[in-house]
Amino acid sequence: MVVQTLTRDETDLLFHALADGTRRDIVSRVIESEQSVSTLAGRYDVSFAAVQKHIAVLERAHLVTKQRRGREQIVSSNVRTIRKAGDVLRSWEELWQSRADRIEEILAADSPATENEKGSSHDR
Amino acid sequence: MTVESTIDRSALSVTFTAEFDAPIDRVWQVWEDARQLERWWGPPTYPATFPQHDLRVGGEARYYMTGPEGDKYHGWMRFDEVDEPGHIRFIDGFGDDNGEPDDTMPVTRSVVTLTEVDGRTRMQIDSLYASVEDLDKVIAMGFQEGMTLAMGQIEEVLATTLKR
Repeated sequence: MVVQTLTRDETDLLFHALADGTRRDIVSRVIESEQSVSTLAGRYDVSFAAVQKHIAVLERAHLVTKQRRGREQIVSSNVRTIRKAGDVLRSWEELWQSRADRIEEILAADSPATENEKGSSHDR
Repeated sequence: MTVESTIDRSALSVTFTAEFDAPIDRVWQVWEDARQLERWWGPPTYPATFPQHDLRVGGEARYYMTGPEGDKYHGWMRFDEVDEPGHIRFIDGFGDDNGEPDDTMPVTRSVVTLTEVDGRTRMQIDSLYASVEDLDKVIAMGFQEGMTLAMGQIEEVLATTLKR
């Protein structure tokens, strides 16, 4: 649902960022809780520099943000930013909007003659 | 169809209303009849199947949504108040792999209010979250759902590219 609210360029960046298993794993982990770059680096069988590169790709796609805290670089998910941008409402609203659209389609499929025959015209 | 929605983060509640060009009894059916509920509860890419749906006080529903890869996501509902044709209060949450309620996941409390005016029906959904953490968890789930959808699209793109 979040995906649909992005521009084409942002979507491209997002797709590119998510096209890699390690990057998807990083995002899942930081959604759970923020992580330091070194903690993340320790989890994967690739170099520290490679993990930093992955994080940079995720940053460009606005999936995560990185900030220095003391000696550590902390990576957090962008869910916070998304929330600030009002996507909370949007995702919930989109969910019910899409449900309401589908209900309307079901209702529109009723023929006037069978409208009040409970369920009879809707069996699949 | 007219649609409005509001969010009150401090009260942890969200409200959505839609108006349908159909009498109230007809709109009640889309909630009551599992076969009709299946046609709108889940998105087309993740259609819902309700093996159990008992819209009565104390009744429960079990459903799963099936993704393009055959991946299944389970959910459940429990109906605490049912007053045909205008009122349903229910709790819904995520299920474990067996479809039973997953206690570690947040639940949503919702009230459905249907009112008929001049043959048209207004449907209001009020959802309430137990805590800010629960709300955030649900948002994170939504976010992951979005990612899953994005991944599905990536796979489609890759499949088309490989065929060329």
